[in-house]
Amino acid sequence: MDYARPTELEEALGLLCTKRWSILAGGTDFYPALGAGPLRSDVLDINGLSALSGIEETETHFVIGARTSWSAVIGAALPPAFDMLKQAAREVGSVQIQNTATVAGNLCNASPAADGVPPLLALDAEVELRSAKGARHLPLSAFILGNRKTARADDELLTAIRVPKAATRGASGFVKLGARRYLVISIAMAAARVVPEGGRIAKAAISVGSCSAVAQRLSGLEARLEGVERPELRRTVMDYAFPELSPIDDVRGTAAYRREAAREIVIRALEQAWQGAGRSEVAA
Amino acid sequence: MSGKSLSLSLEVNGKSIVTEVSPLQRLSSVLRDELGLTGTKVGCDAGDCGACSVMVDGAVVCACLVPAAGLSGKSVRTVEGLSNGSLSALQESFLRHGAAQCGICTPGVLVSAAALLEQNPTPSETEVQDALGGVLCRCTGYRKIIEAVMNANRSVGVDASMVEQGHAVGASPIRLDGERKVNGTEIFGADERPADALSVAVVRSPHWHADFEIGDTEAFIAAHPGIVAVFTAADIPGENRFGVIPPFADQPALAEGRARFRGEAVALIAGERGAIEALDMDAFPIRWQELPHALTPDEARREGFADLHEGRAGNELTRGFVECGDPEGALSKAFVSVSGEIETSYVEHAYIEPEAGYAMMDGDMLVIKACTQAPYMDRDDTAKVLGLPPEKVRIVPLATGGGFGSKLDVSLQPLVGLVALKTGRPAAIVYTRGDSMRSTTKRHPATMRASIAADEAGRVTGMVFEGDFNTGAYASWGPTVANRVPVHASGPYRTPNYRATGRAIHTNGPISGAFRGFGVPQATIMQETLYDRLAEKLGRDRLEFRIENALADGDRTTCGQVLSGVGIRQCLEALKPHWARAQGEAEKANAREGRVRRGIGVASCWYGCGNTALPNPSTIRVGITASGAVMLHQGAVDIGQGSNTVVTQICADASGLPLSAFQLVGGDTGLTPDAGKTSASRQTYVTGKAAEKAGRALREKILRFANVSEGAAIALEDGALVISEGTERRRVALSDIEADAHGYAFSAEETYDPPTTALDEKGQGVPYAVYGYGAQLVELEVDTTLGTVRLLKITAAHDVGRAINPLLVEGQIEGGIAQGIGLALMEEYVPGRTENLHDYLIPTIGDVPPIETILVEVPDPEGPFGAKGLGEHVLIPTAPAILNAIRHAVGVEVTKVPATPSRILAAIRARENG
Repeated sequence: MDYARPTELEEALGLLCTKRWSILAGGTDFYPALGAGPLRSDVLDINGLSALSGIEETETHFVIGARTSWSAVIGAALPPAFDMLKQAAREVGSVQIQNTATVAGNLCNASPAADGVPPLLALDAEVELRSAKGARHLPLSAFILGNRKTARADDELLTAIRVPKAATRGASGFVKLGARRYLVISIAMAAARVVPEGGRIAKAAISVGSCSAVAQRLSGLEARLEGVERPELRRTVMDYAFPELSPIDDVRGTAAYRREAAREIVIRALEQAWQGAGRSEVAA
Repeated sequence: MSGKSLSLSLEVNGKSIVTEVSPLQRLSSVLRDELGLTGTKVGCDAGDCGACSVMVDGAVVCACLVPAAGLSGKSVRTVEGLSNGSLSALQESFLRHGAAQCGICTPGVLVSAAALLEQNPTPSETEVQDALGGVLCRCTGYRKIIEAVMNANRSVGVDASMVEQGHAVGASPIRLDGERKVNGTEIFGADERPADALSVAVVRSPHWHADFEIGDTEAFIAAHPGIVAVFTAADIPGENRFGVIPPFADQPALAEGRARFRGEAVALIAGERGAIEALDMDAFPIRWQELPHALTPDEARREGFADLHEGRAGNELTRGFVECGDPEGALSKAFVSVSGEIETSYVEHAYIEPEAGYAMMDGDMLVIKACTQAPYMDRDDTAKVLGLPPEKVRIVPLATGGGFGSKLDVSLQPLVGLVALKTGRPAAIVYTRGDSMRSTTKRHPATMRASIAADEAGRVTGMVFEGDFNTGAYASWGPTVANRVPVHASGPYRTPNYRATGRAIHTNGPISGAFRGFGVPQATIMQETLYDRLAEKLGRDRLEFRIENALADGDRTTCGQVLSGVGIRQCLEALKPHWARAQGEAEKANAREGRVRRGIGVASCWYGCGNTALPNPSTIRVGITASGAVMLHQGAVDIGQGSNTVVTQICADASGLPLSAFQLVGGDTGLTPDAGKTSASRQTYVTGKAAEKAGRALREKILRFANVSEGAAIALEDGALVISEGTERRRVALSDIEADAHGYAFSAEETYDPPTTALDEKGQGVPYAVYGYGAQLVELEVDTTLGTVRLLKITAAHDVGRAINPLLVEGQIEGGIAQGIGLALMEEYVPGRTENLHDYLIPTIGDVPPIETILVEVPDPEGPFGAKGLGEHVLIPTAPAILNAIRHAVGVEVTKVPATPSRILAAIRARENG
């Protein structure tokens, strides 16, 4: 087994051309997957790549480097549209996990219950994939293909998550539903971003996790919510059929439960977002 | 993992360190295996339990998830670095608040709390919970941890030296074995390993039920350098059948051609540590042939499904039965009656310490050092399997990081014993979390039906109970559950006409064994939820109804036993003011419309202490050395519950010697007589009684030697006994006294066995000599749109006879309640699916509400200083009280536990839809 810990991105990308590597970042999925068994794959440790750390603001995007931990997200100064991502960050495992686990790793692990996916979907996030041949940007919805499946090629490295500034308008909310208070793998979760305008929803971005193999944006509901006033919000959501979801029965809950609970937590996430929007409107 | 190729320089606890590691070695392994800092514990190797929490550059991380390669130049702080010569204020606070029980999670909790306090010296309760949410504790119920962190300067417990002579009982000295639990020096099963020890890998069945053939092990060994030997059932020199109840012993240490459950051990691979760690278990030559299997009692009784064990027709292991009066008559003539069914799930003990230990030869003596709840039973079962006389096996218990019943059965003892015996080299095993969950015992899933009847005056007139308990592939404690349940299924209430049947049914599921309460928590859910429905039908207040039916002194149990020292009524009455307040608050809250509904519920418990209608002796030896130390040979294994402290307090007051003079000699079978197993809530009562007798006998010997009367006082001063009576004072230099057979100047050894009788064919007799009682009040909210439950408060009144150590009693109550919360709301072990601590959920620090403890002390005529047991009692009322409160809040009965949000919402919808 090979182990490499490059310090330059070019070097890392060069190594990725040579064979199939397991990529090690925060380690919080890497080690549990290893269990007690011996290591059987070659490991490319990206923790020497200082270029991939931190959150940057460009003219057009907020760029979350691939090594950025959840704690760093919580501590970063970001617009209220990111509140849902910060709320999700506080619910990722525990403080211990948040201090080491990376946002990018959460996407690459591609669990149906990945906490980061719903808020990032609602932020229209895209991922930056680099290889020795160049870079490409993929919408998050096109990056995660299924349970534990992504569009990353073996020679590619996810180097950053990019959130377009156009998607950072409004305020946001996040609800994670579990059977205990901490260390929760969600039964269902919802993230919502709302751009209000004169007491109505000008735009809503909503996504639900743990209710399908990959978390889903609810574009049908988003369209229906445009122009809706606050008192109509609950009814509008209640009337929606949630065709995007395909929940399953598992040890955490039944499919029927997930369907019903998803509706409720979407409402709560929207209400949180609306309240936050109220706050930021006042603050502005 | 890959070879050591990295020279790592880092700072650990303020010291610069350079060490050779492999780059992907986990920080937990660097600390424990390279640097010998075993204070950092490993509970899951997956970030699910937080036991390995350490600080890296001030940030708390799970050391099991941090690769060594990234640590260069970093500063690491572990529990060993929290104290600076003396204990930190936080560590002191943990001792004084009783925030450490078994101690296995304590280092991780302390490090996480220290990191918080460095940022925020006066955290709120929520801030403490947020900071500690990632560390699981299975013993304390977290409340004392929260108190200890929030009040690092407030004192509760007292030093043993401050306890007045003759007044140890009733005081709350900090636990006598407490300091090493907070400073990281306690040695648990995985913390000690001889340098030349072989590692042992266990080949386990991946199938529920399968025949197997082992292939060419010689070739396997030859192909794997560093692998020394393979052992199978054919290598077992003794009788390959163990079991906690000898007449039912049926479990092979290594299966013989057929595995009956997933996780069953079938072969051992012994080798050098590195070779075992690098071993691909799939390379082991074994061929499986799957057989039909059954996972539930109904499946196991289906037509054509073969019996798992010869002579156990219909896969029925055994049944227990109690009958009195005319139950059918009572039901048919009843003014009102109710009937119901309840189903419960497998519950995993989920102690934070997976089983670990090692064996080695000391001459012709096989020595086994491991975590355990029952050293003498380990000795006898291991000796039997290995064909050794019991006196050639010595069990040295290492600290046990939680047990709750599962560490009563042998696990790794015969396995490491076999390897050490055969190879002559020490042999060690540390179970992974998965191995621990797959291969050790569980709480029995139960399917129960019952009917209860009452007359017009609200008196319970009769009850019929039937329960099937899924006992899994082997007997373990199945017979105990089958027999204990019928004795207790009435609850602590007068039930003149009664029939209860408990059946233990074999399946290919995990082995169900002992788990805090032996089936009684399940049966109590059945009975106490029916009591709420009965009270409602009668139009009576639920608490009053229970008070009116509570057993009292002079009443007969359903076994015909006449009771004395019964405190259930007092417990229920102690809840009355709380009940009234809670009811008022709930009504007020529910007057507001909304999706959140408030509910309150109450439930009781009673529980007989010690074995059911079987002998159950404990022996205690106490001696005074020539130098004046009082040595207490205390074999009641302290798995966190506090027997080391409580038994010593009892012996101190019985002997009249100061508590601070006592030193403990642990449960080493080579040094200490048999104080029985730590189970059945028996140690305070049974071993305590033996300690009381031994203390009094020692005192009597000294007084007789000094020729003074019973009223004399005994003191220890510089290697001498000073005996004073009135103005007379006599000094006895201990070094002048010839040592007795045990090497002591004075010593005493006493045995106590509870006076019980066998039960007849109708279950009539005296199954227990002492019972304890309790009742709990739960206040909660149910979110009617999500089915989630938020616990607001639990008020727990427990009759412990005499609280030998009130602080430890509170710790037991809070810890038991936390497990009851898990049973009620979240714990469901699904074999093959939840074999880790993220799919199997136990309560976290945010799931246990404030708990108010009310100690009721109705002395028991038999117990030492009037004491009764309480270890299991405390979790019994919690789950039914929660279910009753849910029903009160939203009007639905959840008939399968855990009452997950999914099940609660389904019940709400089913009710709405008629």
